[in-house]
Amino acid sequence: MGIRGGLGRLGLLAATVAVLILLYVPLSLVIAYAFNTSGTQAWPPSGFTLHWIEEALANTGLKDAFMTSVGAALGATAVAIVLGSLAALAVSRHRFFGRETVSLLLLLPISLPGVVTGMALSTTFATTDIPLGLMAIVIGHSTFCVVLVYNNVLARMRRVSGSLEEASADLGADSFQTFRYVTFPAMRSAILAGALLAFALSFDEIIVTIFVAGGVKTLPVWIFQSFRLANQVALVNVAGLAAILLSVIPVYIATRITADTGAVGRT
Amino acid sequence: MKIGVATAELAYGRSYRRRLAVGLDRHPRARLALLLGLPLGALIVVYFGSLAVLFLNSFWSRDPFTGHVVREFTLDNFMALGRPLFITVTLRTVGMAAAVTVTCAVLAFPIAYYMARIASPRLRGALVVAVLTPLWASYVIKAYSWRLILSEEGVLNWLLGPIGLRGPGYGEIGLWLVFTYLWLPYMILPVFAGLLRIPSSVVEASADLGARGWTTFRHVVLPLAFPAVVAGSIFTFSLTLGDYIAPGLVTRGQQFIGNLILSNFGIPDLPLAAAQSLVPLAIMIVYLLIARRLGAFEAL
Repeated sequence: MGIRGGLGRLGLLAATVAVLILLYVPLSLVIAYAFNTSGTQAWPPSGFTLHWIEEALANTGLKDAFMTSVGAALGATAVAIVLGSLAALAVSRHRFFGRETVSLLLLLPISLPGVVTGMALSTTFATTDIPLGLMAIVIGHSTFCVVLVYNNVLARMRRVSGSLEEASADLGADSFQTFRYVTFPAMRSAILAGALLAFALSFDEIIVTIFVAGGVKTLPVWIFQSFRLANQVALVNVAGLAAILLSVIPVYIATRITADTGAVGRT
Repeated sequence: MKIGVATAELAYGRSYRRRLAVGLDRHPRARLALLLGLPLGALIVVYFGSLAVLFLNSFWSRDPFTGHVVREFTLDNFMALGRPLFITVTLRTVGMAAAVTVTCAVLAFPIAYYMARIASPRLRGALVVAVLTPLWASYVIKAYSWRLILSEEGVLNWLLGPIGLRGPGYGEIGLWLVFTYLWLPYMILPVFAGLLRIPSSVVEASADLGARGWTTFRHVVLPLAFPAVVAGSIFTFSLTLGDYIAPGLVTRGQQFIGNLILSNFGIPDLPLAAAQSLVPLAIMIVYLLIARRLGAFEAL
């Protein structure tokens, strides 16, 4: 160990705890505000109420935004599952020129600034007369969701020996049968984990979304457009609670699924 | 393998699906093309195609009367990039991205070190989940939560008030705090992974050769973990560069590249916005090339 002294160790523990507090206090605050009687930004909360949750459930704008986000996320996830799995199979089971470049290319949409991706897609849609809206959001989100499924499936396939597939072929199975009975069962849970991450990322995305949404409102867009309106502040907190739950729960499940590989990062 | 294929062919040779399967078994290149064609084709057409269209648009102009895009070559948009306002905004944005990146690295190192080299495997697993969860929790809500924290009657002033201090309020300092908070997990996780990869034997060897804890850290651990820090910095830097939501939430109208592009996008002056968005793109490409030189891609 680089730092042996008990004092150093204690300092590191203190720093760890401090960072964890920093990471969790802001999120807890939004959750606390969602149940705050007063419905303003003032701290401390004046009391506990479920009133805002009832009000949020009755708000059609908020409900529509929520359903739009679910729809966009499901669409982007479906595309990511197909494209990500195919690319991961190609890279893990074949040798070819430029194989290393594939990972890099797939990583690019998620590592370039969001405003660039948003502008590029929006300009392209405008130039080619493709209408903005839900479909455009799905296409936009897909570009950076693919890599999440890809990385998870690739990590899995690198640990599953190719000899299983060869054995299947030796026993007379053709490519499709081997895929159905050997390869797919091996990659299934990795696809699920990647898909959950893709869903969470798409559900939350706003930077690219605003550029391609046209007039369509996803939940993050609704939140961003409502926080300044005094009569909506309380509802924004409830929407925040929903947004936190719908991104954290899929990711938590994904971490359980891939606990052995630790492949749950955005990279 | 050949025998298996031959038997299969005898049994099912007539079915179309079967023939295709046998063909794929025999021609791994065809199989590869089928697997890779769709994802790579889609990525190249949609993403790189879009970047190309963006580039093309930046040479066009906007008709001031109709607002339509005029598809004739001009360098006007690039001339506009030289205006003092745009240069100031660019420098402010890059400065912010650099400050946020350095702060994230400093804050991430101790916790990443604790996770990788001190915590028991069980605690380590729990800590990884504890860092991952806020990374994925709703981005816009995380940014918005700081609006609550930094507001005049918010938590920070409530906490600092009794000891006679005040929070920074909405502004650049506040924004720096928000970005640091937002991207910190993106730095912690790669640094943690990088520290985890350093073999204990290397650290022990350094100690055996007489190095004290700090010397070992300075001359062994830090250089070995540096590529991982650079890997994390790709995210903290790029995410700050391309963000316009957080400035909208917690500043009093200070402009950053993202806001400027969005406002020109809304006018709409797509060609100017296109030329402006080539600036963060170029900065990020240079950043990625340097990062690759420093070995960051192996640490991703």
